Amino acid sequence: MKPDTLHEEPENAARRRFLTAGSVVVAFTLLPEAASRALAQTTTTEAGTFTASAPDLPGSLKTSPMLDAWIRIDTHGHVTVFTGKAELGTGIRTAFIQIAAEELGVAPSGITLLTADTATTPNEGYTAGSHSVADSGTAIANAAAQVRGLLLQTAAAKLQVDAATLAVQSGAIHAADGRSISFGEAVSGVDLHRQAQPGLPLKDPRTFTIIGQPMQRVDIPGKVTGGASYVQDMRLPNMLHARAVRPPAYGATLASVDIAPVEAMPGVIKVVRDGSYLAVVADDEWRAILAMRALSAAARWNAGPPLPDQATIHETLRRLPAQEITVAGKGAPAAAAAQTLHARFTKPYLTHGSIGPSCALALMEGERMTVWTHTQGVFPLRKGLAEMLSMPPDHVRCVHVEGSGCYGHNGADDVAADAALIARAVPGRPVRVQWMREQEHMWEPFGPAMTTDLTASLDASGQMVDWKCEIWSNTHNNRIENAGRLMPTWALATPLKPAPPKEIPMPEGGGDRNSVPLYRVPNLHVQEHFLPDMPIRVSAMRSLGAYINVFAIESFMDELAAAAHADPVEFRLRHLDDPRARDVIHQAAERFGWKAARGSARQPGQGVGFAFAMYKNLMAYCAIAVEVMVERDTGTVKMERAACAVDCGQIVNPDGARNQVEGGILQSSSWTLFEETTFDTRGITSFEWGSYPILRFSSAPKKVEVDLIDRPGTPFLGVGEASQGPTAAALANAVADAVGMRVRDLPLGRGRVKG
Amino acid sequence: MITLTVNGESHTLDIDPSTPLLYALRNQLQLHGAKYGCGLGQCGACTVIVGEEPVFSCLMPVAAIGERAVRTIEGLGTIEQPGKLQRAFINQQAAQCGYCIAGMVMRAQALLDRTPWPSDEEIRAHMEPNLCRCGTHMRILAAILEARGASNGSRS
Amino acid sequence: MGRATVVLIAWLCIAGVAGWRAASEPALAAGTPAAATDAAMIRHGAELAAVGDCIVCHTAKGGKPFAGGLPIDTPFGTLYSTNITPDAKTGIGSWSLEAFKRAMRRGVSSDGHLLYPAFPYVHFTHMSDEDIGAVYAFMMSRTPIQASAPANELIFPLNFRPVIAVWNLLFLHPGTPVPMSRQQDAQLDRGHYLVDTLGHCAACHSPMNLLGAEKGGKAFDGGVIDGWDAPSLKTLLHAPTPWTREQLTSYLRTGFASEHGAAAGPMLPVTRSLANASESDVEAMAAYVMSMQTSDPAPQLSTAPKANPAANAASLQAGATLFQAACASCHAAHAPMETIGGRPSLSQSTAVNSDSPRNVVRLILDGLPPEGSTPARLMPPFAGMLTDAQIADLARYLRSQYSKESPWPLTAADVAKYRKEKPAP
Repeated sequence: MKPDTLHEEPENAARRRFLTAGSVVVAFTLLPEAASRALAQTTTTEAGTFTASAPDLPGSLKTSPMLDAWIRIDTHGHVTVFTGKAELGTGIRTAFIQIAAEELGVAPSGITLLTADTATTPNEGYTAGSHSVADSGTAIANAAAQVRGLLLQTAAAKLQVDAATLAVQSGAIHAADGRSISFGEAVSGVDLHRQAQPGLPLKDPRTFTIIGQPMQRVDIPGKVTGGASYVQDMRLPNMLHARAVRPPAYGATLASVDIAPVEAMPGVIKVVRDGSYLAVVADDEWRAILAMRALSAAARWNAGPPLPDQATIHETLRRLPAQEITVAGKGAPAAAAAQTLHARFTKPYLTHGSIGPSCALALMEGERMTVWTHTQGVFPLRKGLAEMLSMPPDHVRCVHVEGSGCYGHNGADDVAADAALIARAVPGRPVRVQWMREQEHMWEPFGPAMTTDLTASLDASGQMVDWKCEIWSNTHNNRIENAGRLMPTWALATPLKPAPPKEIPMPEGGGDRNSVPLYRVPNLHVQEHFLPDMPIRVSAMRSLGAYINVFAIESFMDELAAAAHADPVEFRLRHLDDPRARDVIHQAAERFGWKAARGSARQPGQGVGFAFAMYKNLMAYCAIAVEVMVERDTGTVKMERAACAVDCGQIVNPDGARNQVEGGILQSSSWTLFEETTFDTRGITSFEWGSYPILRFSSAPKKVEVDLIDRPGTPFLGVGEASQGPTAAALANAVADAVGMRVRDLPLGRGRVKG
Repeated sequence: MITLTVNGESHTLDIDPSTPLLYALRNQLQLHGAKYGCGLGQCGACTVIVGEEPVFSCLMPVAAIGERAVRTIEGLGTIEQPGKLQRAFINQQAAQCGYCIAGMVMRAQALLDRTPWPSDEEIRAHMEPNLCRCGTHMRILAAILEARGASNGSRS
Repeated sequence: MGRATVVLIAWLCIAGVAGWRAASEPALAAGTPAAATDAAMIRHGAELAAVGDCIVCHTAKGGKPFAGGLPIDTPFGTLYSTNITPDAKTGIGSWSLEAFKRAMRRGVSSDGHLLYPAFPYVHFTHMSDEDIGAVYAFMMSRTPIQASAPANELIFPLNFRPVIAVWNLLFLHPGTPVPMSRQQDAQLDRGHYLVDTLGHCAACHSPMNLLGAEKGGKAFDGGVIDGWDAPSLKTLLHAPTPWTREQLTSYLRTGFASEHGAAAGPMLPVTRSLANASESDVEAMAAYVMSMQTSDPAPQLSTAPKANPAANAASLQAGATLFQAACASCHAAHAPMETIGGRPSLSQSTAVNSDSPRNVVRLILDGLPPEGSTPARLMPPFAGMLTDAQIADLARYLRSQYSKESPWPLTAADVAKYRKEKPAP
């Protein structure tokens, strides 16, 4: 994998176009506020903060409205599609190829997809929050449709026929009389450097032959035959290998280190030291590891401030200063309350635990720095690195190359900072930095520990009449707002400070994500106590606050159902009007055999549970039923089988969607049953897989079934994170069914149900 | 100098004898299938076959291999002509991020070499040392069953 | 005459005697186990059963708790543990308290057949009535599981149960109260009682005679079980850092002692069980074990003829290379296991400092496997990765690097022998 094989426009031309778009934005901000608001909207989602220069356009065309930012066709008819999103292992590379192929009318094999690269692709912020298909896929679909339209117009002119009589097939445009023009010929008559137009139609979903098909993923054959597929596999000519030496804990400073013996070791090129920042560079990977060991052994550290006690962490967090965020408030306290229930739910810190520890390559050539990285956001990272290095941003290029699954904000950005710092110290040679397992386990930003309190009342007929929720949470978004968010900068002689955390606003939310139940409740109050102080480093982890909020809501729904003497599924349906929500619930219940399972006698330790959520109340609908087996003697909880139903709108690749949902179910079962990040006052103690065990084959269920409800022509609804929260709640509900014990503190296994 | 036979080819490498096989494969031999996951023998992302045994190549000293044949995922087949187990992984789309998959395939291959018809239980127990964080377990098992010859060929 | 032949002849004699004696016991009437309503008694029984580690032998790998089916290797063949869940058909669900007591004290099943002394009733026989009653209440409150153990595979004539009657004559001393300690220290007395009855520590930590019973007068002098050395419990002060009661208590309850290392082999599941015992009981056991320490210096192993120094140097170099690649990432001073995980250096390890290389070789061969999704100290198995010669080099390197004791005369052939002592999991 070499950088010179990447397709790229001459750098200057790309920059000129970017500036042109920029100047249009500047002009608009001089208009009166109302007009400028109509013409340039700023929205913040988890994918980032975007100012739409073309707010009438769909998806990311709002911020990158030029057609040739997305689609280029060469004179041979080969199509290059650009996306600002990154393939994280979710399969979007294939999905985008399908979308482009469908709307353009070319075979998928005729398309090259280029992903997130600050030099060549649109800026779509972070690949996060399940936005990729809705934002980027929509842009690609629309751009492709318009490009196809323009090619048809050109072909119509060249062939002197009505465009409506032309048909597109396999990269060529065919007239009724048999003449044809290839895309390569047609494109010479079109300047794709033009703004997309709003309101132009897409293909009728009933005519889809590629979208909606389970096309095999284009990246799997390479991965299954050992091809170089990841940034960890990149080998550039003249490349050096580096390793960082991290402090033992947050805030520890380097007291002393004798680097001379390490620099004298075979193959060692240099030891990088800047304040407490330590790294070593060698000409061979094993030599770099040996040198890292020696450097680590030689370093003496002054301890940083103590961490809080793990046993009381939730109380500690709840007592921290809070910014109050009223998430929802409607109605008055109900008069008709017959019963009121209250429950408190907690989740521990969770470790992303990417199976491949983070890795990056960087090369400093003259005044230019190139970084190959598996970051979720090449543009914010580029800005942060430029600030860190005191370089102009356009001298820094960040190219996304796949890493292992990140499930949110892991060490990817930090190791990119390591690579850039080290590359600067050995200019002219590419440097590869690989984090060790314990470095990833200890220094990644974790999923925050949280508390969610729920209080709800039922009237005499068993309807919910009021609902109150309080959440305590650190930020789930510690991404690269400034260079100080890059952890390696904290150890520099002049340490950088991270920008203060801000909660992601609703309707997406961070800690408050999915805290507003979809159920019909006349009186609803949701409050987040947003805690800016972070005793332990945290950031986004797949589904953010939705994991515990859905766990809490859906566990609590079962408690309310029991108080109302109702079946859990029936109780949910009683309060849901959205037909798509009702459909997934019915489908999952039927697939599972819910009625029969509930009606039959349980074997000892056997239990069944159900849960539902619409991710963010905006994205995919997901209902799931699970069966567990609980061993009271050991406190072991095993998920035996699961049946899940999902509605994600227009399905691009059903197998890809199913793969993501299955993966989310198994991953969430691991989080929910087994996982908690551990620490003592001296630091993080869950430093490898023995101290942070995750699901192994022995805990995998016997059967997982996922049904997709097809909604052709409807908007794409993000699906990658939709099963995290519902799985957690379904498991807790199944455990309660099995042993009559309601567990509200995660994880559910690890001895909590021993008896 | 260390001489290794990898996927049927002999290589003589001028490397530190304490180098674990994983780094020799990835750096000296440009075979990127086996991955660094932990370097501690806990996750199996580095699994290759040495002799007839699946081993953690991150802990296998090149000096200890001797005459034993090393087989990596590249030796099972190519993109154009994948081997039987690889074809099963493709058919079942048994990968999400895919980082663990080379290790999974080699671990499974060692089982199928020794036991042509392992039971579901035997497969699960055999695969235990290998971790997958994306939750692809069901498809991985389905792929191994397909390569073995599943009774009904379906995923569940 | 080979040892095996001696053993066979001994058993044939016993069989003859037993056949002549026509040993058998009456069946006892089935009892309906009283729905155990006394929660405090069940909890007490749970703690006692944890000391007895019933769950360890009576649960098969991957099987349901207490449902039996675990193969137990003895010098006389393989036995399978029985189902002791309260299932009426395949477990002990129809056993009265009397029947349970008789099994615990005299090794007799409810229907009168004799139980094999792999079940350590020679120890349980000294338990108090109250304690047996509490364990009974606990067992009867467990989840009933329908499961039958596979048939035992014992050499002739041991498949003929009445021979056990004669064995019992020789080695079972029911009713003899456990002698109290002379100090009349309540903690020591408690520890003594637990160690000798429920704990049955001597059953593994003592050498066995030809008939598979603990050698008289040699209790706690160490034994071999499942291919592992169960070390002497009387020489704990000879460790590089002498054991203390606190360290031993921690080891028993958590499987880890910060000045020594981690439990492995058959002891590891014992510590998992002891984690559920009462803390004061485990402390008492530790206190009792510490009270039996000898001050005599550990016996010197007869040193093997010194190997050729040049060959020795080559072997140590080979071992060092192997260590660097295969072991250092966890076991060297810089390793995160030590710097972050607080694991002690290998220089503290009981196995590395033992007279016998058996446990080091066993650990290198088998490692410490993952325990499902329970936090654990992990170590990969090297049985498939390293040859016998390589393991010998590595073990001898560890000995020379990490122990002040004399070198082990360990050869590749020895490693091959150790491999066979326990089949691969």
